[in-house]
Amino acid sequence: MLTALNLETVERLVLAKQHLPGALLPILHDIQEHFGYVPDDAVPLIAQQLNLSRAEVHGVVTFYHFFRQEPAGQQMVQICRAEACQSMGADKLWAHACSRLVNQGGTTADGASTLEPVYCLGLCSSSPAMVVNDKLHARVDADKFDRLVAAARSVA
Amino acid sequence: MSIKLFVPRDSAALALGADEVAAALLAQAKERGLDIDLVRNSSRGMFWLEPLVEVQTPAGRVAYGPVTPEDVAGLLHAQFQTGANHPLRQGLTDELAYLKNQERLTFARMGITDPLSLDDYEAHEGFAGLRRALSLSTTEVVQQVLDSGLRGRGGAAFPAGIKWKTVAAASAPQKYIVCNADEGDSGTYSDRMTMEGDPFMLIEGMAIAAIATGATQGYVYIRSEYPDAISTMREAIVKATVAGFLGADILKSGKTFYLEVRKAAGAYVCGEETAMLESIEGKRGVVRAKPPIPALKGLFDQPTVINNVITFASVPIILARGAAFYKNYGMGRSHGTLPFQLTGNVKHGGLIEKAFGITLRQLMFDLGGGSASGRPIKAVQVGGPLGAYVPERYWDVPMDYEAYAAVGITVGHGGIVVHDDTADMSKLARYAMEFCAIESCGKCTPCRIGSTRGVEVIDRLKRGDNPPQQEELLRDLCDTMLHGSLCALGGMTPNPVLSALNYYPQDFGLAMPATGVA
Repeated sequence: MLTALNLETVERLVLAKQHLPGALLPILHDIQEHFGYVPDDAVPLIAQQLNLSRAEVHGVVTFYHFFRQEPAGQQMVQICRAEACQSMGADKLWAHACSRLVNQGGTTADGASTLEPVYCLGLCSSSPAMVVNDKLHARVDADKFDRLVAAARSVA
Repeated sequence: MSIKLFVPRDSAALALGADEVAAALLAQAKERGLDIDLVRNSSRGMFWLEPLVEVQTPAGRVAYGPVTPEDVAGLLHAQFQTGANHPLRQGLTDELAYLKNQERLTFARMGITDPLSLDDYEAHEGFAGLRRALSLSTTEVVQQVLDSGLRGRGGAAFPAGIKWKTVAAASAPQKYIVCNADEGDSGTYSDRMTMEGDPFMLIEGMAIAAIATGATQGYVYIRSEYPDAISTMREAIVKATVAGFLGADILKSGKTFYLEVRKAAGAYVCGEETAMLESIEGKRGVVRAKPPIPALKGLFDQPTVINNVITFASVPIILARGAAFYKNYGMGRSHGTLPFQLTGNVKHGGLIEKAFGITLRQLMFDLGGGSASGRPIKAVQVGGPLGAYVPERYWDVPMDYEAYAAVGITVGHGGIVVHDDTADMSKLARYAMEFCAIESCGKCTPCRIGSTRGVEVIDRLKRGDNPPQQEELLRDLCDTMLHGSLCALGGMTPNPVLSALNYYPQDFGLAMPATGVA
């Protein structure tokens, strides 16, 4: 449940961009950047301000892989699983990451980490590639993965 | 007397530690009392050497790479700032064969300039195209683009001039220029490099399009997986606007063009032009039927020029040097150059801009040095995830839109993904169907349902569940997707699947056909 303060923030973010043609995606991006996800409670507010139905807003939130409806773990790990990274062992890296963090990906029960696939970071001549908390990493193997994840954990 | 050093800010260089190298250089140079002028340039695109550090010497720029933060002490000790010898010394950058053998028309400034320096851009022919465009009539500008033979570099290869002509002729209260910067294909990053490394070039190309067609508003739709490209483009737009290259009165011409970045949200299908328009309009990225074509009824139902980043980026040089200059490169009806992206399991992966006509073998071996693993190259996917796996028999076909289409393969956006002989083509075929299922917009049945069934059929085929029946079913399914899908996502997913099946049947547990596929 969003507090009154949170709802005020949502309203402020909506008002700031609602004048833009096709405002919904820019607004959802601002909301996710602020909260780390798009809270369910934000949907009716957005719908009302933009004169859309709640179903329409819900439909947009759920269509795009980038928008999440629940907070992610403290540490976000996204491993590229697309073809160029596959050619350099991304499948093995994914399996290794699953064994270290979360089986088959997702968020750990303690909320410490989220592991997700991503499909292409544009670092295709330096595969395998991944992102850890918004920092890009390339030429990642199992050892480098372990070092990076441990390092990111200690900073968090 | 300060020493000029270059450490790239391209995100591939950052992903390999360029920021840490830059920090180490500044800190350790200071300790040694050296006066360093550090430029965060774009990347030269030789990714096996990144982070590539260059030193300005009287003889030219000398390249060192790949540099790690731990290498910095040794480099300074060896006086690398004078271009001295060191195990990481590659030589004079301009003399490196990988670069010398290229024809960088669009990527002329890549690695050379500071991406966000307007002075640097203008000193290297920047905005010469825009100035020339403003001196011509709108018809003349469109004619230059037509005469150049420039075709869409996103992959569809439709003549850009015809799109521009259509929009120029349309009358509407508002027209738009939209840049498709969703570059979702694995094995591609030329758009990313352009936005991060030479953003003013993209801005200039879009401004020329606006002037030629009467559009006053533009959008660059950038994939959310490219945060550095998004922030660099936003900063470049602000700078260009302040300097008068964008905004209400471009270079005092009276022409107006406002440009805005729109961040995408992780949907591969939004690389399809009409799904992209839906997304900019704030909706689910669902594909539209065509007609009407976006040139007539596009963004918010208005006439819209939609082009790929590289297409727009190729326009300034066409206006600056004339259409004939650009048209003279290439072969057949594939005029100009393409910035190829050599990726995957290859030793020297990177950005290779060449005139159309070069072959895959030349790219992979003469320039690429063969596989990174040292194992034989088994299959190469050209044209992105919707492109076919190209077997060795086609590695000498010139990379030309028509020559490739004639043998059932696609040049696309110029992305090349190399796989060695450890690749299981049945796994890659399954992935093609799985990816289609994940990314399908859901509107048309052949794509939405076909991709899911495709995964199941391939699994049954691999399990040995009546293989001849599964193979027939898979081919039939691909036929339906190919001919019945609303867009290229469902329509071209059969390309990698059928090419894997046809050229590597052994990976599916099937025998090579007696009368082989020629």
